[in-house]
Amino acid sequence: MTNIPVYINGLGNVSPQKTNDSSPPGHRATTFLEEPLSFHASQLRCIDPGYKEFIPAEMIRRMGRIIKMGVAASKLCLRDAGAGDAATGGRAVTPDAIITGTGLGCIEDTEKFLASMIKNNEEFLTPTSFIQSTHNTVAGQIALLLKCHGYNFTYVHRGISFESALTDAMMQVQTGECSNVLVGGSDELTANSFAIMSRLGYWKRKPVETLNLLDDHQRGTIAGEGASFFFLENEMNVYSYARLAGVTTFLKPASPAEIIERLHAFLSSFGLTAGDVGLVILGLNGDPRTDLVYHNLVETDFQNTSLAYFKHLCGEYHTASAFATWLAAMVLKTQSVPEIVRVNFNEPSAPLEHVLIYNHFQDNNHAFILLSRL
Amino acid sequence: MSKRVYITGIGIICAIGNNVEQTLHSLLAERSGIGEITQFPTMHKGIIPMAEVKLTTSDLLKETGNEGRNDLTRTALLGMKAAREALLSAGIHDIRAYRTGLISATTVGGMDRSEGFYASYLADPAKGRMTDVVNHDCGDSTERVASHLGITDFVTTISTACSSSVNAIMFGANLIKTGQLDRVVVGGNDSVTKFTLNGFNTLMILDKTGCHPFDENRAGLTLGEGSAFLVLESEEVVGKEHKPILAEVSGYGNANDAYHQTASSPDGTGAFLAMLKAIAMSGLQPGDIDYVNVHGTGTQNNDLSEGVAMERIFGNDVPPFSSTKGYTGHTLGAAGAVEAVISVLTILHQTIFPNLNFSTPMKELHIRPVVAVTPRDPSLPIRHILSNSFGFGGNNSAIVLSKV
Repeated sequence: MTNIPVYINGLGNVSPQKTNDSSPPGHRATTFLEEPLSFHASQLRCIDPGYKEFIPAEMIRRMGRIIKMGVAASKLCLRDAGAGDAATGGRAVTPDAIITGTGLGCIEDTEKFLASMIKNNEEFLTPTSFIQSTHNTVAGQIALLLKCHGYNFTYVHRGISFESALTDAMMQVQTGECSNVLVGGSDELTANSFAIMSRLGYWKRKPVETLNLLDDHQRGTIAGEGASFFFLENEMNVYSYARLAGVTTFLKPASPAEIIERLHAFLSSFGLTAGDVGLVILGLNGDPRTDLVYHNLVETDFQNTSLAYFKHLCGEYHTASAFATWLAAMVLKTQSVPEIVRVNFNEPSAPLEHVLIYNHFQDNNHAFILLSRL
Repeated sequence: MSKRVYITGIGIICAIGNNVEQTLHSLLAERSGIGEITQFPTMHKGIIPMAEVKLTTSDLLKETGNEGRNDLTRTALLGMKAAREALLSAGIHDIRAYRTGLISATTVGGMDRSEGFYASYLADPAKGRMTDVVNHDCGDSTERVASHLGITDFVTTISTACSSSVNAIMFGANLIKTGQLDRVVVGGNDSVTKFTLNGFNTLMILDKTGCHPFDENRAGLTLGEGSAFLVLESEEVVGKEHKPILAEVSGYGNANDAYHQTASSPDGTGAFLAMLKAIAMSGLQPGDIDYVNVHGTGTQNNDLSEGVAMERIFGNDVPPFSSTKGYTGHTLGAAGAVEAVISVLTILHQTIFPNLNFSTPMKELHIRPVVAVTPRDPSLPIRHILSNSFGFGGNNSAIVLSKV
């Protein structure tokens, strides 16, 4: 691979927190997680960003929620990257490629079509929910609305759906195939997916005060959802947040030792060791059974490192690491770590050079993502 | 860094064969796999045909050494069978000898089981067997195939509707070219489900007499099922292991039609761009393409749009082409890999397999497909094949496979 650097030059984040202010940069009403929202709940839903602003009115009514979330996040992201920015006279930010990840895809439409097929015994069916049920609908609709004929991919692999998209996006930029890529992750929560995953033991049986997620010792976690998009580019500019250094994924590690080995190999590919990491964002979700995996790695490699977490803000879902990537980019740009995400009392290094994200889904799919200061 | 990516193994299971040899045999015998629906009860049985794999799910459990298990979807079993054949065909015995990945593709995932779960669940939310729903997501079949083959390095899944598995080939080839993997098993799997049957039926694009691709009187597609995988290896590995090469992945292109969620544009923009990019990457000129395995679903919209795009690329010299969906049906997420395997067979046997069920040329086009098994003209070897796959969401892809 060439050494073309990859910069994150725009963010769009539709989440259960106030992350989706669409004002131009410098005019945001909300600051970086200064007013975190807490709920007494076992699930979190996204704040509606006001879809009318992003999607033609006649399309809003028919569109599934995940599609609306994804389209809004991608448009917020392009705007954040400078599209139509009056201060700079605006710049063209038509993506060369659109790459998305989703764990379960358009599950609301899938359920809708299944339910009507079952209830009506295969008769009187209409196509809308079937058409929208395919996993690539978010990427397809973004392309359609942007009239973007470029490379268009959707990854659908459980807890590394977003990381797979990111791997491809980085490769497109690093090989010089694309000068920029719009990449994102999205998943939606529905009443049925929540109920079915409850039966599988995913969620805490009793609601918790979500901002105190780690104080609760029931098994399971809280469900969540979100759509987070990033504008990656081969050049730094006034909109840049951070450099995306790399991403790696692995399946079902045989032992804690394998995770440590993978971590060291990943960091050393950038000439780094664990001591160079200024902040580690962990996928801690309050489930004592699987949080142990994070504690093991902290014990061996990050005892004196500043640690952060994020699933008390957005809940658990297959592409939650996209929220973490948003957090890491914001932290590097602002060189500040909001109190609400801190796990321990270790101070982040100053200046904060490297932020590592370590996330796993059900101790099955694991991933490291590394972001570095501009 | 490997500049070239070689195909060293192939595996397939589809309506016309449970492995490569049977599939080749049916292709040569012009025997279609389209028939009556048997895999699940449906009111469409006897009215709408499908191209099913001729093995029951319990046959597949036996064939993959999983007899008695109740936690595997038909989709995953099809994948295991084809991927295993591909690995054996590539002569790979030690999966850990090189950095090896698996890139699979699917559109329905474990829907063959979860639609049954959902019927019980809808009647009573406490009902429905959890083993029928835990495998619903698209990643499940991929991870089953990965553990069947012992792959842990890089494993992921792509879902871009009917272009999914060509994209798996493309992504896998890129991972080899950028030195992230030494070899990668790429392909896809999809089983027939009531969900897809009814879904496509609402769009009124299922031909009640079986598909007639590129025919003036075509009336829609025929759903199929199956799986196909190819083993891609770097120049270095092939050199070191003195591997026989089946073909080279010499080019690929991906573009979005950006016209409509399901319909293709009248001028075939996405198809045109995908083919153009694929041919450009291969370093060839359109005139170097000796055969096109078209997407050719048999719907009014696809075949017209694809035909227009081909005439834009090739002008008056459209190469011999055929849709092999009259044999296999449209295997959705597996289609790109199924047709890549068929294209490899075309290269290996220097024979074009025909477009079945064709009688009347389309009035808008000046082209007609190959309609009978056509061994090569010795003076015109089949060196370069273009294979197209297009899907919902405007996801259009094309690859060029070359004789080595």
